Amino acid sequence: MERPSYSTHLILIIGALFMTLPVWVAFATSTHAPETILREGLQFWPGPHLLETYNEVLFVEGGVMKQVTGMTMLKNSMILGIGFALGKVVISMLAAYAIVYFRFRLGVPLFWVIFTTLLLPLEVRIIPSYEVVANMGLLDTHTGLIVPLIASATGTFFFRQFFKSVPDELLEAARLDGATAWGFFQDILVPLSRTMIAAILIIMFVVGWNQYLWPLIMTTKEENYTLVIGIKQIYQVLNEGGELPQFQKAFALTILATLPPVLVVLIFQRWFVKGLVESEK
Amino acid sequence: MAQVELKQVRKTYPNGAEAIFGVDMHIDSGELIVFVGPSGCGKSTLLRMVAGLESVTSGEILIGDKVINNVSPSERDVAMVFQNYALYPHMSVRGNMSYGLKNRKMPADEIERRITDAARMLKIDQFLDRQPNQLSGGQRQRVAMGRAIVRNPQVFLFDEPLSNLDAKLRVQMRIEIKKLQRRMNVTSIYVTHDQTEAMTLADRLAVINEGRVEQMGVPMELYANPRTLFVASFIGAPQINLIPVRFDGTSLTNGTLKLAGFSDLPTGVDLMLGIRPDVLSIAPEGQLELNVDLVEQHGGENLIYGALLGTKNAAGDAQEICLKGPQSLLPATDDKLRLAFDPAAAFVFRTDTGERLK
Repeated sequence: MERPSYSTHLILIIGALFMTLPVWVAFATSTHAPETILREGLQFWPGPHLLETYNEVLFVEGGVMKQVTGMTMLKNSMILGIGFALGKVVISMLAAYAIVYFRFRLGVPLFWVIFTTLLLPLEVRIIPSYEVVANMGLLDTHTGLIVPLIASATGTFFFRQFFKSVPDELLEAARLDGATAWGFFQDILVPLSRTMIAAILIIMFVVGWNQYLWPLIMTTKEENYTLVIGIKQIYQVLNEGGELPQFQKAFALTILATLPPVLVVLIFQRWFVKGLVESEK
Repeated sequence: MAQVELKQVRKTYPNGAEAIFGVDMHIDSGELIVFVGPSGCGKSTLLRMVAGLESVTSGEILIGDKVINNVSPSERDVAMVFQNYALYPHMSVRGNMSYGLKNRKMPADEIERRITDAARMLKIDQFLDRQPNQLSGGQRQRVAMGRAIVRNPQVFLFDEPLSNLDAKLRVQMRIEIKKLQRRMNVTSIYVTHDQTEAMTLADRLAVINEGRVEQMGVPMELYANPRTLFVASFIGAPQINLIPVRFDGTSLTNGTLKLAGFSDLPTGVDLMLGIRPDVLSIAPEGQLELNVDLVEQHGGENLIYGALLGTKNAAGDAQEICLKGPQSLLPATDDKLRLAFDPAAAFVFRTDTGERLK
């Protein structure tokens, strides 16, 4: 392959700066005192208050909200992200298994029904969903937060395509080997789908982590807030009281909210790419 | 070990397509039967019906004395070797071989004993802990056979197991399969489209065409005494020479060609004269005259291809035929050779029905 030229590098560098500079500015600003920010605006270089700000945001009650610490919100976000991702993988694998391997009547139309729900965003069904969850008494619970979101057309579609590419002979060999329907799923299909599962877990973790509207209407108590809601609420607090606006804390919270998804992708990116491009079976 | 019996077995797919039209067959205990036929003839379907991977539309399949139409594949006590091996890619060789035994709740020491025995027999003992993708095609093929052997089944089913191997390995594995089958003495059904494989492996051979068994018998019987045009053209390499002819009451004719020595054939219908390449011989007074096109040197023997002078086939060209000759027979292109054959060793078929008349 040809060596990339300087102009190629230049374009890449500009692109990278374009993406990362705002993040850097947010981080740098979060390390300054509120007075500095109010007086001088956004900061480009780090200031002296790094530990103080992050300590207050993460561990001090009333540091950001009135009752909860950043740690609690981080925990809530983690539970949502992981529960959301695991739930989606489990449900969509089982759904795809049924669609691909059990030739029941209406199997194909049912798949397309599931598939067309891709066209409907959560917002369309948010009122009925809320109604159902509320009637079941699941408001302000992790169950209520996660379960209504875990049915996944995207996941079902990906797993269906993957299962369809698994050679039929494997199923036939397993049948002759005396594997039950469940045995074939857990002994053959799940191990074969490892990289695919990893890829979908990562994508879904990030999607779950970034959920905003559903957690917002589902949770009424501060102790159940997720980080993403926290960020929104902190700005509200900023604008209301007569105190000095705590911009540094809002920026700190934003940085904290981006860290876990970034870490997840960084750590698992090898599997992630493998899962998306792998064709060898 | 068990005998296998097929009684009027039929297969019709839900969309109405018919694949098997009433097959009757008896396979003795310990026999190696080969299903051979062109692709799409239904031989694999028939095998898969014995395996239980395809349902039986009507008729009965018996293994031992038991009708197994509605018995699940795993309970039929058959083991199958697939064309693409169908090894579980994420399991080691040992895992692949033990999976079926574990599902049958066999004790671990018995599993281990069987795997060790089978691995030694197949010479794969040093690969037991490798993954399938670390093995060559031939080794994978052995693992697939090992997976069948450890099950110690009543019937082995082979679905074109050698077609993914290169030519040399294919011959080698063919010999090994035959030896192994002899040694284990397990009733086996082997599907292939390769007539050489079929001829060399089979105790008995079933030639299948369009969902029917055209003829079944020992390989040499089918070669020497084919019942239909299809069997004659399918069995034997190089292929039998087929010359379109008509009978005029005394001899077979095509164009200016007249072949004496035939009698009791119907006149006024299209016939097909079949002469094996090794039945033809060079003779100055021969009835056939060949214009040489090509000589293929196979080492021990030469195949000489050429046009039969004076004849016309359906396309209006002179009929191409092939002659098997010794190494020393090396005519140049466009040389004329006179050939003779023994009419008693030639076959005559009706072209429309394929039925053999002589």
